[in-house]
Amino acid sequence: MLERFNMVGRLSGDPDLVLTTVDAAVNLARANSLWYLLMGLACCSIELMQTGGPRADIDRFGSLFRATPRQSDLMIVAGTVTLKMAPRLRRLYDQMAEPKYVIAMGSCANCGGPFDLSYSVLRGVDKIIPVDVYLPGCPPRPEALTEALLKVQEKIRKERYFLKKEA
Amino acid sequence: MERAELISLLSSRLGSALLSTAEMRNDDTLVVVDRKELVSAVGTLKNDPALGFTTLMNHLGADYRDKLAVIYNLWSPALRNKITVKVYLDRDNPEVPSLERAFHGISWYERETYDLFGIRFTGHSNLKRLLLPDDWEGHPLRKDYVAPQSYNGIETGRPDLLDEPAAAEGTGV
Repeated sequence: MLERFNMVGRLSGDPDLVLTTVDAAVNLARANSLWYLLMGLACCSIELMQTGGPRADIDRFGSLFRATPRQSDLMIVAGTVTLKMAPRLRRLYDQMAEPKYVIAMGSCANCGGPFDLSYSVLRGVDKIIPVDVYLPGCPPRPEALTEALLKVQEKIRKERYFLKKEA
Repeated sequence: MERAELISLLSSRLGSALLSTAEMRNDDTLVVVDRKELVSAVGTLKNDPALGFTTLMNHLGADYRDKLAVIYNLWSPALRNKITVKVYLDRDNPEVPSLERAFHGISWYERETYDLFGIRFTGHSNLKRLLLPDDWEGHPLRKDYVAPQSYNGIETGRPDLLDEPAAAEGTGV
């Protein structure tokens, strides 16, 4: 009798049918099409370019760069954020469409790094925008940035996007 | 050209504009020039056929606490000599004529010196801040500059972990 309601058991023999939730399906799509905004501010951006290059090849995770915030899902803040740049960075972040994610790449974006004592450098990008993944290193290697991207994907897969409450 | 020979040549050409000369530790010749006669002195250095200091290699500002200074590194291809021209300025009213007419490329150097030292270059075509934002207060490379605790609502201060153990405990560091 109960077997009638066991959808999984009933349909498991059908190779064309997969049962899942809408959240899981959409999250899978979102996680594997993370387009990132080119936000190269200092030497970290060289490593960011390497990560997009053929050896590390971040493209195979569905991630490719966009030159406009309006088409980006992810902001990789690669480099030193000066106080002069900070309002511009915030503005670019505000122009990105929800849902959006931020990787603070390298020591400078995390906390000011070697420029901690400088008069003109923002001590951590988290003072102006919310950060999802902090990536240490000065600069981090392409493998590390790939790992940070996988962490963001992990976070996206766990989200309940359609049931998210409005803030 | 030997240093003594160069110095006697410079003093004969520059006259009263030349205040003093010295040998620098980097084997360079220091030439201190009167502030009021800077433009004519540099004009002589550049255009006099016997001198020919036609290349401006560098331009700097300096803070000696009691006074400020601007420094020009000039190179003469004809003499194969390098000199350092220095002009001392009042700390309260640091003003020096711009050398834009003699060396066009000095424009942004002078803007940077204005930005970081607050030295005003009279006659400059576009004396605005070069590196820092326009609404920045103060000139950071001066010795008496105190970095502000915030800029446009962004917190910029940090606890000094060596001087204030109490402050460090408070932040949970």
